[in-house]
Amino acid sequence: MNVSLLLIILLVGAFATYFAGDKLASKVALLFSLVAFGISIALLNAYNAGENISFFKFWINKPAISYSLTADGLSLIMLLLTTALTPLIIYSSFGNEYKNAKSFYALILFMSFAMAGTFLASDGLLYYIFWELSLIPIYFIALIWGNGDTEERKKAVVKFFIYTLAGSLFMLIAFVYLYQKAGSFLIEDFYKLDLSRMEQFWIFWAFFLAYAIKIPIIPFHTWQAKVYQKAPTVGTMLLSGIMLKMGLYSVLRWQIPITPIASKTYLPILIGFGIAGVIYGSIVALRQKDLKKLLAYSSLAHVGLIAAGCYTLNSDGLRGAVLQMLAHGFVVVGLFFAAEIIYRRFETRTIADMGGIRTQAPKFASLFMILVLASVALPTTFNFVGEFTVLYSLAQINLWFALLGGTTIILGAYYMLKMYQQVMLGETNTKVFADVTLHETVVLVIIVAVIFIFGLYPRPINELITPALDQIVRTLYKIQ
Amino acid sequence: MNTNLALLLLLAPLLGFLFNIFFGKNIGKTASGVVGTLTVAVSFIATLIFFLQINETKEAVQIDLFNWMRTNNFRVNFGLLLDQLSILWLLFVTGIGSLIHLYSISYMHDDENMHKFFAYLNLFVFFMITLVIGSNLLVLFIGWEGVGLCSYLLIGFWHKNQEYNDAAKKAFIMNRIGDLGLLIGIFIIGSLFSTLDYTTLKTAIASSSNLDLSMISLAAFALFIGACGKSAQIPLYTWLPDAMAGPTPVSALIHAATMVTAGIFMITRLNFVFDLAPEVQNIIAIIGAVTSLVAATIALVQTDIKKVLAYSTVSQLGLMFLALGFGAYEVAVFHVITHAFFKACLFLGSGSVIHALHGEQDMRRMGGLKKVMGITFITFLISSLAISGIPPFSGFFSKDEILMTAFQHNVVLWVIASLASLMTAFYMFRLLYLTFYKDFRGTEHQKSHLHESPGLITFPLIVLAILAAVGGSISLPTNSWLNGYLAPLFSKEAHEAHHFGTQEYTLMAVAVIGGLVGIGIAFAKYIKQNQVPAEDAEITGFAKVLYNKYYVDEIYDAIFVNSINALSRFFRDYIETALSAFVFGLGKVTNEISYQGKKLQTGSIGFYLFVFVLGLCSIVTYLFLAQ
Amino acid sequence: MTNILNEIGIENYIFLSVILFCIGVFGVLYRRNAIIVFMSIEIMLNAVNLLFVAFSTYHQDAQGQVFVFFSMAVAAAEVAVGLAILVSIFRNLGSIDINNLKNLKG
Repeated sequence: MNVSLLLIILLVGAFATYFAGDKLASKVALLFSLVAFGISIALLNAYNAGENISFFKFWINKPAISYSLTADGLSLIMLLLTTALTPLIIYSSFGNEYKNAKSFYALILFMSFAMAGTFLASDGLLYYIFWELSLIPIYFIALIWGNGDTEERKKAVVKFFIYTLAGSLFMLIAFVYLYQKAGSFLIEDFYKLDLSRMEQFWIFWAFFLAYAIKIPIIPFHTWQAKVYQKAPTVGTMLLSGIMLKMGLYSVLRWQIPITPIASKTYLPILIGFGIAGVIYGSIVALRQKDLKKLLAYSSLAHVGLIAAGCYTLNSDGLRGAVLQMLAHGFVVVGLFFAAEIIYRRFETRTIADMGGIRTQAPKFASLFMILVLASVALPTTFNFVGEFTVLYSLAQINLWFALLGGTTIILGAYYMLKMYQQVMLGETNTKVFADVTLHETVVLVIIVAVIFIFGLYPRPINELITPALDQIVRTLYKIQ
Repeated sequence: MNTNLALLLLLAPLLGFLFNIFFGKNIGKTASGVVGTLTVAVSFIATLIFFLQINETKEAVQIDLFNWMRTNNFRVNFGLLLDQLSILWLLFVTGIGSLIHLYSISYMHDDENMHKFFAYLNLFVFFMITLVIGSNLLVLFIGWEGVGLCSYLLIGFWHKNQEYNDAAKKAFIMNRIGDLGLLIGIFIIGSLFSTLDYTTLKTAIASSSNLDLSMISLAAFALFIGACGKSAQIPLYTWLPDAMAGPTPVSALIHAATMVTAGIFMITRLNFVFDLAPEVQNIIAIIGAVTSLVAATIALVQTDIKKVLAYSTVSQLGLMFLALGFGAYEVAVFHVITHAFFKACLFLGSGSVIHALHGEQDMRRMGGLKKVMGITFITFLISSLAISGIPPFSGFFSKDEILMTAFQHNVVLWVIASLASLMTAFYMFRLLYLTFYKDFRGTEHQKSHLHESPGLITFPLIVLAILAAVGGSISLPTNSWLNGYLAPLFSKEAHEAHHFGTQEYTLMAVAVIGGLVGIGIAFAKYIKQNQVPAEDAEITGFAKVLYNKYYVDEIYDAIFVNSINALSRFFRDYIETALSAFVFGLGKVTNEISYQGKKLQTGSIGFYLFVFVLGLCSIVTYLFLAQ
Repeated sequence: MTNILNEIGIENYIFLSVILFCIGVFGVLYRRNAIIVFMSIEIMLNAVNLLFVAFSTYHQDAQGQVFVFFSMAVAAAEVAVGLAILVSIFRNLGSIDINNLKNLKG
């Protein structure tokens, strides 16, 4: 089975959605995203059957750039995350009316296309193109369909765009340098390079700038909260659910294996960055007045822990990080959707204006509660599996890391429960809150099901990703 | 057969939970209560079967259900371990659980969300069973966090009241501080021994010759912090009194009989780890003793009937930790069991009183209930005698063993524990006298509605009172069935029928006299002198400090909560702004450079040409000079 | 040909073309009429062409002369386009004083 088919479907879907017109756009987009999900399942089956999933074609001879896609377990799981969340996100937006819907949904599919390409590309420049391509649709989505004051939104979104673009520029420089040394942009040629300590140093930090801004790792996170707040919820979901995983995936795929010596040298500093993010994000989240901003900072905290897991450079840490990426992807989409559900009824995102919803909407309250609990990594939820593995791997390196990173257990519970109490509990709200509609229930129930199924039985995912991650670890330690 | 029965034991309450959540509202209140009770009763029967089986075979049953998680050096199965300890624990968890479910059918009957109450209660029992039955530390951790969650849900059951929600949140977060400790302990054990499974762990420790004792001590200490959180020991005990915001059956089940004993369960389960860390055991003993004394002093002056019982629970748990600290696990377990009986009975009795008084919890507004509520009074009296350590009730035996162990190891701690016991007797009888004796001090309206509670409430009381009375017989000083039953768990020979001499009898006499003195003081004060505790504003001096719980909550708030909130505001208002300003600053610098550069673009072609020629000349000059 | 070069000397050609070039430069810098600026540029161009031819003869290499033809062709095209632009500017503004052409001011 040709792996390009997935990208083609998504791209064709984007155009088809655009030409389907405003009325049909959402349904066409959903259809194509579901087909893409089907294809990634088929790819998974093919991969499990032992098939080699890759595609290679020369594109430009000089400089040697190829259209080269490869999928191992890691890429596949990220693809599955992307293609599973895309239809979910599209479906979640069904309750809303968007002006110029055809462009809106086309951009979503286009973004999905670019992100899928990023996870698949095994040629440096191709990867870079997909990486930057994914920025364009989210820029327009946030700018045109976002909420709040236009001027402020523009400021936030443009800042985000330029900030990430500037970071990526350093990555491009690193790629050009690597090309000079390797004579091709192919990732396996990069892996084979024998770079000196100094070269690795520069390349490492160039990559780091690009990824730290995208992920984001503090102190490069300043774009995040504002953009999450101002973007339409669909955009926020795309950003937090999938796009920031691009940065984490790239750390695993590109940064660490290409610069193993540098990665090992800076290991404590990088884990420190991650854990600082955990603590900082959690503490800032405590006192947020805007629900979406609070969730943004909670996302910052969780992603800090994932990044710390990535930089432990042992296979437990990597596995935990990937598991946590998936879990976080689903949960954060669910949480933002919950915020959207409240917004649809109360037309506010200010926490102080909410409260007393539980008595009016018991179903919503239960589903929201489960998401909150998943977010604080209660055992039997998917997040626990990831968080436990990451913290365990941190404990292998230094117990203090585990202890400090583990404060997320306490602080996370604090800000999430505080938020839940202020948003949902208390005297019945005077404003009417209708309980979740059927399609809202469907979205939330799917997410909750994923959380519990993989929380109790993460084994299939473990088995899928472990060989790929072990390969990365081997690449890391072979070049000593 | 075993597998299916174990699954039934584990999953019946979960099914009850699911049923009540999805259909509870439709089938009516009583029906949902019955379903909830029956599912727990099923678990109880299954446990009973296992109990009879193990009493015969003496062999533990381990069942691995499926592979759950993995790390590089170990895999974690979702496994169940049914040995002496877990079955014993399950017996009273499901047994008392069934009784309290039954009680709740009547108690919660006026609540509109009764089906939810039963759902949560069932979920709690499910998680408690998971905690006890798990074959490794991670399954225990599922239960551990799960019971914390249910405790959160049930404390905040009346979620329209934000104060209750605060209490629920506080309980959850303080528990989580302990949970972090537990996790760290799990990490250390996992990396040291490459397993989290109890049986494998025990063999690994027994067979290993060069153990890293300092790491094991650290692990034991971390695990102990976990136990502190769950079992409400200093410094993590303040959530338990607040947890009384929940409905009374919840206090009886979760915050007295079962969940709070999870810490003791865990330490007993891992006795072979703690035995290797004597310094940690010392800490446990000291913390236990101090907790028991501090909580007892606070209980002396509380006026809320449930608060007294809550501090009494903390105090009793402290005694159990004292026993654990001396490595007398079977003694601690014994006290857990007797405590479960009499404390559940006391809480349910107080619930019966509160029920009769339509929600009044202040003892200053009670009194004289003996005449109306005969059954409640008698059961309450028996349990109070039991907790005060008066023979021949169950508490006498268990508390006596703890005190005796303490005396053998450390006289100072024995004195502290004895003092706590004396206070226990005092505040329990203070409670009893204020509630049941003399004249009724409430409103006329309440007085006209006074009644004995219905059968569904009194039946569990009677059963528990009987157990509280005779429960001590499972471990008599000379002939202990319990010690023999639990012997396979512990590495060293459990206190083989201590030889009983004058010293032992003297100690026993001292303990009993202490209890009687406590009762006597209470009698003198509240019956003879007819005193009633002062109103809040009139409390002065040291009593005020005690009444305000040594201001520990206020201190915690000032040190931890407020500082973290201040830090949060500081981060939000300053650091965030500064970082953001820095990034914008970079943009501004670029902007400024380009603005200055713009001025070169005068538009005058003459100027451009001049610059062009200048540039040309400089290039030519450079080329000449370079050569 | 060689005779002429021998008689006059290569250095005189160089002086001449430098002088011509400088005249062109100063013309560009100091005159305001666009056509005269244009003519000055042509003078500079031709100064270079002259140098090309002189060196080509000096080195006995035809390449330089080929290049002169090439640059003459380009110059012709440039004149055609440039004059057309000037005509268009004159029609629009009524003047071809370069000091008036300041629309490019940033």
